[in-house]
Amino acid sequence: MAMAIKLSLILLFFLSSSFALYEDQVGFMDWHQRYIGKVKHAVFHTQKAGRKRVVVSTEENVIASLDLRRGEIFWRHVLGANDVVDQVDIALGKYVITLSSEGSILRAWNLPDGQMVWESFLSGSKSSKALLTVPANLKVDLDSPIFVYGGGYLHAISSIDGEYLWKKDFATEGNIDVHQLILPGGSDVVHAVGVTDSSQFDTYEVDVKNGGLLKHTTASFPGGIYGEVLPVSGGRFVVLDASRSVLVLITIENGQTHLEQTHVSDLIHGSSGNTVILPSKLSGIFSLRTDSCIVFIKVTNEGKLKVMEKVDKTVVVSDALPLSEGEQAFALVEHGDGKIELSVRLVHDMSSNHLKETVKMDHERGFVHKIFINNYVRTDRSHGFRALIVMEDHSLLLLQQGEIVWTRDDGLASVIDVTTSELPVEKIGVSVAKVEHSLFEWLKGHMLKLKGTLMLATPDEVAAIQQIRLQSSEKSKMTRDHNGFRRLLILLTRAGKLYALHTGDGRVVWSTLLQSLRTTSQQKCAGLKLHQWQVPHHHALDKNPSVLVVGRCGLSLTSPSALSIVDAYTGKELQSTSPAQHSTVQVIPLPYRDSTEQQLHLLIDADKHAHLYPTTPEAADIFQRESENVYWYSVELDAGILRGYGVKKTHPSNTVDDYCFETRNLWSVVFPSESEKIIATVARKQNEVVHTQAKVIADEDVMYKYISKNMLFVATVSPKANGPIGSATPDESVLVVYLVDTVTGRILHRMTHLGSQGPVHAVLSENWVVYHYFNLRAHRYEMSVIEIYDQSRAENKDVLKLIVGKHNLTTPVSSYSRPEVTTKSQSYFFTHSVKAISVSSTAKGITSKHLLIGTIGDQVLALDKRFVDPRRSLNPTQAEKEEGLLPLTDALPIIPQSYVTHALKVEGLRGIETIPAKLESTSLVFAYGIDLFYTRIAPSKTYDSLTEDFNYALLLLTIVALVVAIFVTWVLSERKDLQDKWR
Amino acid sequence: MAVVRRSRPNSPTILSLQLCFLSLFVCSSVSVATGNGGSYTINGRVKIPGFGAKGLVLPVKANNAKVILNGGQQVTFLKPDGYFSFHNVPAGTHLIEVDIIGYFFSPVRVDVSARNPGKVQAALTENRRGLNELVLEPLKEEQYYEIREPFNIMSLVKSPMGLMIGFMVVVVFLMPKLVENMDPEEIRKAQEEMRSQGVPSLANLMPGGGRSN
Repeated sequence: MAMAIKLSLILLFFLSSSFALYEDQVGFMDWHQRYIGKVKHAVFHTQKAGRKRVVVSTEENVIASLDLRRGEIFWRHVLGANDVVDQVDIALGKYVITLSSEGSILRAWNLPDGQMVWESFLSGSKSSKALLTVPANLKVDLDSPIFVYGGGYLHAISSIDGEYLWKKDFATEGNIDVHQLILPGGSDVVHAVGVTDSSQFDTYEVDVKNGGLLKHTTASFPGGIYGEVLPVSGGRFVVLDASRSVLVLITIENGQTHLEQTHVSDLIHGSSGNTVILPSKLSGIFSLRTDSCIVFIKVTNEGKLKVMEKVDKTVVVSDALPLSEGEQAFALVEHGDGKIELSVRLVHDMSSNHLKETVKMDHERGFVHKIFINNYVRTDRSHGFRALIVMEDHSLLLLQQGEIVWTRDDGLASVIDVTTSELPVEKIGVSVAKVEHSLFEWLKGHMLKLKGTLMLATPDEVAAIQQIRLQSSEKSKMTRDHNGFRRLLILLTRAGKLYALHTGDGRVVWSTLLQSLRTTSQQKCAGLKLHQWQVPHHHALDKNPSVLVVGRCGLSLTSPSALSIVDAYTGKELQSTSPAQHSTVQVIPLPYRDSTEQQLHLLIDADKHAHLYPTTPEAADIFQRESENVYWYSVELDAGILRGYGVKKTHPSNTVDDYCFETRNLWSVVFPSESEKIIATVARKQNEVVHTQAKVIADEDVMYKYISKNMLFVATVSPKANGPIGSATPDESVLVVYLVDTVTGRILHRMTHLGSQGPVHAVLSENWVVYHYFNLRAHRYEMSVIEIYDQSRAENKDVLKLIVGKHNLTTPVSSYSRPEVTTKSQSYFFTHSVKAISVSSTAKGITSKHLLIGTIGDQVLALDKRFVDPRRSLNPTQAEKEEGLLPLTDALPIIPQSYVTHALKVEGLRGIETIPAKLESTSLVFAYGIDLFYTRIAPSKTYDSLTEDFNYALLLLTIVALVVAIFVTWVLSERKDLQDKWR
Repeated sequence: MAVVRRSRPNSPTILSLQLCFLSLFVCSSVSVATGNGGSYTINGRVKIPGFGAKGLVLPVKANNAKVILNGGQQVTFLKPDGYFSFHNVPAGTHLIEVDIIGYFFSPVRVDVSARNPGKVQAALTENRRGLNELVLEPLKEEQYYEIREPFNIMSLVKSPMGLMIGFMVVVVFLMPKLVENMDPEEIRKAQEEMRSQGVPSLANLMPGGGRSN
């Protein structure tokens, strides 16, 4: 029997050793959310029946087709980082046309499935505004050209195959900036309207057929022109003069250009200088925004300006929407208290609202930023309207008939920083009925699973099994769990909104638009960093955990910072300082806590003063006591200098502020700017736990890891190699990596990679650093590992010394003692480009590590750290094999099953965050970019718990079978005994 | 057909190709009309074998395919027939990566020469194989999921529970049979031995073990 048990144990081990996921386990412990970002342009496609959709382009360079009924993504493409979308339109009713890269790339995408149909590269000679005009043509087969202005050229391109038809060079016509391309319906002439040297107004008429110049009118305006020329009606344009106080109405009649000037102050009394013409193309009407209001001005047939209406300046105006009978409609959105008012007006009848709806709106979405409208014909043949609105928090909403049809939280596409928080502890006291019910459910679930394993389940039951797996209520509970899988992910987005996502199912638990980070007309604010502020564990247990959000009000480094403290359970802003008294260039979380478990933070401002937070006497006291041990460093990328700082000792009497400290520069490392340029610096994660310093290697030898929290990895390249791949030759590019101690500035290790260049992505953990760079000689990407060991402790393995007491285990570790370190290093080829590297982290640091590599394909690959072990050799000895050392290969393996994102992509991947679970074997992984992805990984398998798909029912069945067998044998043996006795 | 087309602002010239084969990699030299633009066009094609009769159509999942130049410097997409192009590429050695979920592509090294305009070399970096035309094919398909083994009775028997049951069955049903078939004298002998040894031994119960005594 003992043998059987042993055998079964081995088998158990074997069975659980498969790491990868089965296809039916998708969504079981991971979730994936797809976003698009803040919408810039939207084009509706609702004409024909079937799927109604809206095509959008966003600030994350995404083009997507969304379902107008539910807001889901039909298809989506993420363009390159510097391929910014300029314009989007629909041509021929079946192609989505996008113009990007400052009007140099024109692409057509198939509307139903998003397949790219054609692509045209439009070369230009100068950078200019990019304009796209697609003729409104509902006939599918008629090839009408698309007109594109970009780079000083007007191009006509066939909409069917993207062929060039002709181009007209405007660069030779003088220094003209074309502002508008107008294609009057039914005519064969394209009008290009522009301004030369911002003092001359030009119109060109170009033949649609061949690009020949038909007519050129010009009129000089010595006052100078501000902003853009806006067409009002056929042959009429308005523009502001350079002082922004005079409106110029331009009328072109019979080849003659008349200019007529009107002072803005004559139209609007008491308006000041910041006047802007809004670019909504309404016929006969234009709108003007001043400091106080928005004014709609009608241009009468006689060329007179007449103020139609004045509305509040926070009102957002949509573009004009042509209705069937030559009428135009546009929408206005007004922001009220907890609601928004949407009104649709017809251009011909401005006095009354065609439609007015009031929609309740969450405060946390902020103001309306953009509105796009679309109409539909109701059953009674009247016009109904739907409005797509973009809010301050970048979310996208569809309004129809006074209701929000759907919302998309697209602010989550621009996550800046991530932290986590624990959930509240579960209240004790669960009813018996609930337990019984759940027990029954539990058994039923496992019976179903058993059926599934035995392939006895019907398709319905299979679906039920899947359902149970996905919707296990356990994983989405709002309480802390034993394994630490349930947590809140707290995300700071570019819109200045804080989201808390539940790790169980990825739902938004709360979201807060931080008041301190809201961009106002005076200042532009943005969030920067997120830090743990208070984590009650031992004291202050009545308090909720909270996070610190650091932002900046303004664009420069010296602009004042904005600080807020937010409750992690409710999302309430507990404390908010905006703008603060000082700027913030660096935030240093100190390893000290006060009696309420608030973490001490040092905020370094642009003048190198250190500001202590929280500003309590207790915190100041703790800091004064520990100030000698506080060090930090700064990296000056442009100057190529690393600097180390400490707090200057001052007498408490002569400081102005108790929480502001003078700093002193302790050391500097200057990299010569003519030969080295810093491209990457990576430090260890502050909260990383290392289990043991000793590493037992083959033949029972011990190596001591050099573990220092103050280690910094710095990578520099020669200035020539700073550009993209292909811009430097192998001979002129050198990559140098350093390991620097940030307390003393001592360089612990330096290594040169000749013929290599960046970009460098690196991760530093325990005593090793792994970095990814490009080897120009081999023309492949490489990954290198450096492990650093402490030699001063190498003698400790002598048992005799240990007994006599001559070992140095008790000597304190100090950065000031000169360390005797040795390093080992090795390099390997790696196939893909890398976007981010991270490493798994576990609660106690016992479990082996996995590198998490975000590849260029936006997937996250888990690579066992054993593959990047510098002790790997071509022919490992028997002892080394037993230790688990792998034979050396020149390239790192890419095993498709070890992609933690399996068949999914985290589009636009920017970062990978790992969070230790309470269960030592498991690490939580959160990858973010335009998409969000969460899963848990167990680098050494889940050795401390049964896997989720462990078959309890089979275990029960076995036990029952065993009990039955015991009884049967007992009965049999009884009977046999009886027979024997009778014999 | 690794075509490098020099694009000049005003007159894009279509170039004739000459292919010269070298031993290690294949280079195609292209004669170019004079004129220095400084930016080139790289044209290529992605082909997935076994799809479509002539490989002319890409599978649906290639809809989200991307072709990436130099680790993200430029990103382009595939046309329905698999063709792609990068414009405005400076001379130098570049790296092209293809990203289609479900396939593993080797990055491709493409040399765009400034000294000999139009001369192009392309090679897969994974296996250093030269390409005589820029047609990129996946090295292998990628399976992201473990394949679930179809149910068979052996896997159940092999599982720890199965082994336990199996062992039980053997002990319960086969052992008495074995004992029955044995010579009563041998059993007695064995029992005596057991008593004398004090420890029951499995080997002694076996017929072979009994006979050897």
